[in-house]
Amino acid sequence: MMRKGILLIFLVAFITGIPTSVNAQCKQFAKKTCKVGLNPYQHDGNYHAALLIEGEEAELYKTFYSDTEYRIGVCGAGNLNAIEFKIVDSNGKVLYNNKYQDYDWKWDFRLESSQQLKIVIKVPVSEDTMENPEEGCVAIMFGFQDE
Amino acid sequence: MNNKLLGSGRILILLAIFISFAVTGCKTGTKQDANSSDAEEEFDSSLDENTQKKFQTAKRIFYSLPSPVETARILKQAGATYHEDILNPIDNSSGYITNLSMALNLGIYTTDLSYASLFDQTQVTLNYIEVAKKMADGLNIMDAISESTIQRLEDNINNRSIIIDIISETLLNSSSYLSEKGLESTATIILVGGWVEGLYIATSLVGDDPIKDNDIVQRIVDQKLSVDFMVSLLEEATDDPDAQSVLNDVKDLKVIFDKIKITQGENTVETDPETNVTTLKSSSSNNLTKKVYYELASKVNEIRNSYTL
Repeated sequence: MMRKGILLIFLVAFITGIPTSVNAQCKQFAKKTCKVGLNPYQHDGNYHAALLIEGEEAELYKTFYSDTEYRIGVCGAGNLNAIEFKIVDSNGKVLYNNKYQDYDWKWDFRLESSQQLKIVIKVPVSEDTMENPEEGCVAIMFGFQDE
Repeated sequence: MNNKLLGSGRILILLAIFISFAVTGCKTGTKQDANSSDAEEEFDSSLDENTQKKFQTAKRIFYSLPSPVETARILKQAGATYHEDILNPIDNSSGYITNLSMALNLGIYTTDLSYASLFDQTQVTLNYIEVAKKMADGLNIMDAISESTIQRLEDNINNRSIIIDIISETLLNSSSYLSEKGLESTATIILVGGWVEGLYIATSLVGDDPIKDNDIVQRIVDQKLSVDFMVSLLEEATDDPDAQSVLNDVKDLKVIFDKIKITQGENTVETDPETNVTTLKSSSSNNLTKKVYYELASKVNEIRNSYTL
C-alpha cells in the first residue's frame, strides 16, 4: 500500500515536471536558434513560444511603429515541417505569405504609418505523421533597427 | 480494488488535462476578427475533410506588448532628449516590497535603463541595471539579471548596441522564466509598468509644447493601438488580483484613448529587390485635441505616481 503511494507520488512528480522541462526546451530553442537569426536586427526582448501540434494554427497581434525597420522570425523545431505564416493588416488584407517565398522563416519590412498587424501561423501536416502528429516548439520573434 | 483503480485513473485523467493546459501556456480562443476573415485567404489544405477535422483545434491567440527597449527606442527616434530628473529615482526601490510593486517597477526601471542607455548615460545605466536586478531578485526570477550580466554590461559600457542587446536579453530571460512557471500575468504586469513609464517620459518631455505636428505626441497616440492587447491579456488573469488592479488603471487609460480616432489608410506593398525589405505604404491620421491630450497626460501622471511613490 505504502509502495503504491510512493509510486503515485513519483508518477505525479514526473508528470507535473514535464511541462517545466518541455517549456525549458522551448525557451532554449527560442533563445539559441530563433533569436540568433534576427541579427543584425535588435531583438525587442519579448518571448513568444509554445508547443504546437502539426495542423495547429495560432495568431499573434502586435503594434508596429512607423519609421522602424522590423524583422519577423517564425521558427519551428527540427521535427516540424517549415512553418507557414502570413501577415494580415486590420482590414484583413494579406500583406505577406511565406508560401510564395519558399517558406522563408523571416520577413523584413518597414511601415510608413504605425499600425496593428496580425501574424497567422500554421504548422503544416506531414503525410508521414498523420496518424501520430508531431509536436514541437514554435517561436515568433521580432527584431528592429532604425532606418 | 476496481474502485481504487478507477480513482487512480481519474487522477491521471485530471493530471493529463492539467498538463495539456500547462504545456500550452498561452491563450486559446476562436478567430476574433470576423470582418477580416472574408478578405483573408485561408491556409491551403490538401487534406480530406476527415483528416482536417482530426487536426482542427481552437486557434491560439497571442498578444505582443511593446517592450521597454522598443518604447525607449521609438521615443528617441521621435526626437526625445535626455532628462534624468524624470526617471524613477533608484532610492525609491527600497519601498517596493510587494510582488505587484516589484513587477511594475521592474518594468519602469527597465524602461528608464533603456532610455538612459540610448543616450549613452553610462553611470545611470549601471545604477539602473542594479536596481532592476533588485526587483527581479525580489520576484524570484532566477538569473534574469545575473552578476555575469552586470559584468558584461560594465565591460561593454561604451558599446550602446551591446548594452541594448544585454537589456533585451534580461527581458527575454524574465518573460521566458515567468512563462515557464505559468506566471504570464506577472510578465504582463512588468510590461505594463514599462509601458506606463514610456508614456510618462513622453508626456513629461512634451510638457507645454504644442501638440500639433509633434513627433513625440504622435508616438503617444500610437499607444492607443496597444491598449486593447493589454486589456485582453490582463482580463485573462482573472485569478490574479494584482493583474486585476493593473487592469483598472489600463481601462482608465483606454477610456481616454478611445476618444482619439485613428484613421488608417489602405496598405500597398512594395519590396526592394536589392535589399528584400518590404515597405508598407499607407497613411494615417487622428483627431487628437488639446483637451484629450491633457486629460491623457494627467491620467498617465496619476497612474505612474501611484506605481512609484
